[in-house]
Amino acid sequence: MPKITYISHEGKKNTVEVPLGLTVMEGALQNNIQGIDADCGGSMACATCHVYVPENWFNKLEKAPDAEQDMIDMAYEPKKNSRLSCQIIVTDILDGLEVVTPIKQT
Amino acid sequence: MIKTDVIIIGAGPTGLFAVHQLGIIGLKCEVVDNLDRPGGQCIELYPDKPIYDIPAIPECTGEGLTNGLLKQIQPFKPNFHLGQRVEEIKKENDLWILKTHKGNIFSAPNIIIAGGVGSFEPRKLSLKEAEKFEGTQIFYSVINKALFKDKKICIFGGGDSALDWALELSKLNEITLIHRRNEFRGAPHTLSEIKKKEKEGKIIVKTPYSLKSIEGSQAMTGIEIEHEDGKIEKIKTDYILSFFGLIMKLGPIADWGLNISNKTIPVNTETFQTNKEGIFAIGDICTYPGKLKLILSGFHEAALAARACFKKARPNDTYRFEFTTASKSIHDRLGVKK
Repeated sequence: MPKITYISHEGKKNTVEVPLGLTVMEGALQNNIQGIDADCGGSMACATCHVYVPENWFNKLEKAPDAEQDMIDMAYEPKKNSRLSCQIIVTDILDGLEVVTPIKQT
Repeated sequence: MIKTDVIIIGAGPTGLFAVHQLGIIGLKCEVVDNLDRPGGQCIELYPDKPIYDIPAIPECTGEGLTNGLLKQIQPFKPNFHLGQRVEEIKKENDLWILKTHKGNIFSAPNIIIAGGVGSFEPRKLSLKEAEKFEGTQIFYSVINKALFKDKKICIFGGGDSALDWALELSKLNEITLIHRRNEFRGAPHTLSEIKKKEKEGKIIVKTPYSLKSIEGSQAMTGIEIEHEDGKIEKIKTDYILSFFGLIMKLGPIADWGLNISNKTIPVNTETFQTNKEGIFAIGDICTYPGKLKLILSGFHEAALAARACFKKARPNDTYRFEFTTASKSIHDRLGVKK
């Protein structure tokens, strides 16, 4: 099972196994990872599962579609490497993925 | 004080269908919602997005679903108390007394919480200094346009609200529109209007920039904005308008002793009652083993909670299960004409 590492804004790492096909957001909720709220439940309507993806991993992800970018506009302190974790589906290629959660989501 | 059988908190699809389920069994209700219109997340978050999993409706939008539900509950003439957030609840004898932030008071034996993920509030600027000037020089909605006449205004955001207000206020004076990326999200006509105003010098567009700091101690005098590449620019401004959509906050519900964890309220799946007698929770806000956050689950939960409310509202009557196809009393309540 792919391992995903969630890094808090203070740098605390939390590595968990997330089943293939789930999203990085679902992986966080199932493992009680703090820092990802996911208020809308994954319908890309709230931007509270916002994460920063380090560059080496960011480039491996498929490009965020316009609708996701529109939602990221609403996120708390978005950056160039911002993504919504509900839109990142765990695959074998993403084994070892690291994402950084923002200070807060709202 | 308004007396009723059931107070429903939340006018999203689940709350609206609860009105229906209470109506057909002959119970009265009042609906309170923080938003200024019914529909909840359906109307605020995805009014135009298609929904494909409402039984017997292959495809509808959030707005379409809301309108359909409003039509379906019309026979029961529900009273909506919109733009009001429930501030406190307390129990007096066997009745719940509920008070909204506008001072409206309700009394009922039952409360159904259909509050979704909480009440909607504008998403605020992340800078701490922004709090100091909120309501005087920093606004998250426009209440009085006249305030902005002949003033310097910076508008933040890249969506419809930011664009529409930039256009509207550019009639009064020069506007600076600031957005974190080059692309805006708006209707094609709006985008071309913005371009036109930019050429005329009525709107100055600053992209990709975000807010770096706010200057001024007693009053805000200006701001610093930061380009994506790190370059910083100072802008003098009298007002900031910020449009970053809505967030959902649980608010006072969190303080009612309902064992909330992960923003959800545990319920018993037979009645959807919470740990407090006479308080029920349905829709996205409730949780139980196997819970799915689907609109259709909310409808089922509404049907069961409504029946459970009957006992407390009509202690001397026996509830009798009836079908809408055959029941004369339901037909009367629906106003069906033979």
